[in-house]
Amino acid sequence: MSDLRVDLLGQVLPGPVIAASGTFGYGIEYSEILDLGVLGGVSSKGLTLNPKYGNEGERLLETPSGLINSIGLQNPGVRHFIENELPAMRRALAGTGTAILANLGGGCIEDYEEGCELLCATDVDFIELNISCPNVKHGGIAYGVQAESAKEVVGRVRKVCTKPLIVKMSPQAEDIARMAAACVEAGADAVSLVNTFQACAIDLEKRKPVFNNIFAGLSGPAVRPIALRMVWQAVGAVGNAVPVIGLGGIATGEDALQFIMAGATAVQVGTANFADPAACQRITAEMDAWMDKHGVKSLDEIRGCAR
Amino acid sequence: MPARCFDAQVFSRTQVADSIQRLTVRWPESVPLPHAGQFCMLRCWEHDEAPLLSRPISIHEVWPTGNDEPICQDGEQLDLVTFLFEVKGIGTEQLAALEAGDFLQITGPAGNGFDFSELDAGAKVALVGGGIGTAPLYQTARELAARGIKADIYYGFRDEPYAMEQYRGHFGTVRVATDSGRVGFHGFVTQMIKPEEYDLVLCCGPEVMMRRVAAMCAEKDVKCLVSLEKKMACGIGACLGCTCKTASGEGKSVCKHGPVFDAKEVFA
Ligand SMILES: Cc1cc2nc3c(=O)[nH]c(=O)nc-3n(C[C@H](O)[C@H](O)[C@H](O)COP(=O)(O)OP(=O)(O)OC[C@H]3O[C@@H](n4cnc5c(N)ncnc54)[C@H](O)[C@@H]3O)c2cc1C
Ligand SMILES: Cc1cc2nc3c(=O)[nH]c(=O)nc-3n(C[C@H](O)[C@H](O)[C@H](O)COP(=O)(O)O)c2cc1C
Ligand code: FES
Repeated sequence: MSDLRVDLLGQVLPGPVIAASGTFGYGIEYSEILDLGVLGGVSSKGLTLNPKYGNEGERLLETPSGLINSIGLQNPGVRHFIENELPAMRRALAGTGTAILANLGGGCIEDYEEGCELLCATDVDFIELNISCPNVKHGGIAYGVQAESAKEVVGRVRKVCTKPLIVKMSPQAEDIARMAAACVEAGADAVSLVNTFQACAIDLEKRKPVFNNIFAGLSGPAVRPIALRMVWQAVGAVGNAVPVIGLGGIATGEDALQFIMAGATAVQVGTANFADPAACQRITAEMDAWMDKHGVKSLDEIRGCAR
Repeated sequence: MPARCFDAQVFSRTQVADSIQRLTVRWPESVPLPHAGQFCMLRCWEHDEAPLLSRPISIHEVWPTGNDEPICQDGEQLDLVTFLFEVKGIGTEQLAALEAGDFLQITGPAGNGFDFSELDAGAKVALVGGGIGTAPLYQTARELAARGIKADIYYGFRDEPYAMEQYRGHFGTVRVATDSGRVGFHGFVTQMIKPEEYDLVLCCGPEVMMRRVAAMCAEKDVKCLVSLEKKMACGIGACLGCTCKTASGEGKSVCKHGPVFDAKEVFA
């Protein structure tokens, strides 16, 4: 048994694997499938200030080693989450050290601020700010694309955020290193990356895009090598200042260890939960087995060792 | 009750008709037996093999149900769960290659299933199915029979009916329609059924058929339950990929709040 615990911003997590937002519900759904206590954390489905139905039309499409989704941030709203899902999450995680990350999405900056204030009044452990949402005020360009707009939203949220603030970056960022630096300058305590890659598919029979929004988000093993490159760049830019949480296509312990060796403090696992509902636990065990076999006692010994 | 994820052993697998397979697994004692209308996410390939997603397949038969003669092997009573599926593509092709003794991964039981707890023994129930949509209705008929209700069966097929022998004896009248007219009534099931003769209509099949049946039931003020189909990633309410719109405008997960819904709730 190696020591798989991770110190994330002063909180000791039982393991390095955090269930990624939108792929693990509120954790409750998996309570009979795996031991939630081995997880470092569970990131909630992306929350918005007000309830959202999400997108119409097709929402899922399998691609080689990947999945394109167009869920559109369906969620019950921050207030409903605080009153219903959060207490249920706490019950499911009772007696574990598994952290709760409230993943916060938004439309406009004011919604982000209000949502963040409400969440900070609860017992969630971290705020994970998802800045890949369309920014109405900036002509429909996502906050996550240009470092300047990211800086603005992160800065504003930072002012009202009393919890540790993780900013989840989009792989659509024009320049990953600059984006990571901008988030940290604006007050992010950590960054996580990547969110899904903008993708597209066309239905030949209908001669139309599969998804109503034309573009949708690609995830899964297909994106892993690109995600790893971006995590490497983010660690290079801000790794000395803040923890970087790596994700994108991780499906095995070996995949996860690549992100750790690139310098990630912890990892998240998303799409792999669909192929194997016990993936987070299996991946943790596989990391442990590899480390045992190679005489590595703790993740600190190998974190960033590939650089 | 949150779903489990476990490996189950194949008890038997047989081809029922062209591209229709019957797969029976030994259900582990530690997992609650599923009910009619529920389904499971099936997978008999590794997590890193294609296709990425497991495949949702309905419960076709749970043995024993009611007074069924228990099946024993080596002095042990077996709980058997059967799936009936149509081979469509890469996932179901692999399921169709399973042999007795093989293992597959099951996530479930998932979904709510048909609720007929409020029916009394004299209730008149119709089961309306189209094609492979008949799969979940067999266990439904069996659970109804166990409660003393002989459901009438109305099934439509394109050309050649399948998995019909098993309906002999225990149930109400069985009526079959085929689009081609090759067997039974030449036409659609909707031309055979009179909803006003029933207290409850349970329906599963192509969406056009379910909408038509639901409309006929609504006209006669007969309660109609439909079982919906959506692409699914998790099958347990975690990804929100299978959302359907309900009458109130609220989204519900077909895998968790369904797949069975009151037709009035989902067909506006
Ligand atoms: C709750 C539920 C219960 C089901 N029960 C049964 C059952 O008892 N027996 C049975 O034969 N089938 C059932 N299905 C449909 C079955 O899941 C699909 O036919 C199967 O996933 C196709 O997988 P494939 O890899 O063989 O085909 P693919 O190669 O993935 O696709 C072949 C075709 O099937 C369609 N398809 C893929 N996934 C689904 C899906 N989830 N639902 C509907 N169509 C899909 C594709 O769009 C394509 O047209 C059920 C579906 C749901 C949602
Ligand atoms: C169905 C689905 C829903 C998602 N919903 C969210 C979300 O609400 N908020 C968010 O920040 N990321 C969301 N994501 C992105 C994942 O959290 C993750 O960043 C991405 O999928 C890459 O990791 P993976 O390849 O391990 O899945 C979603 C991904 C999927 C597949
Ligand atoms: S399939 Fe994931 S929520 Fe229904």
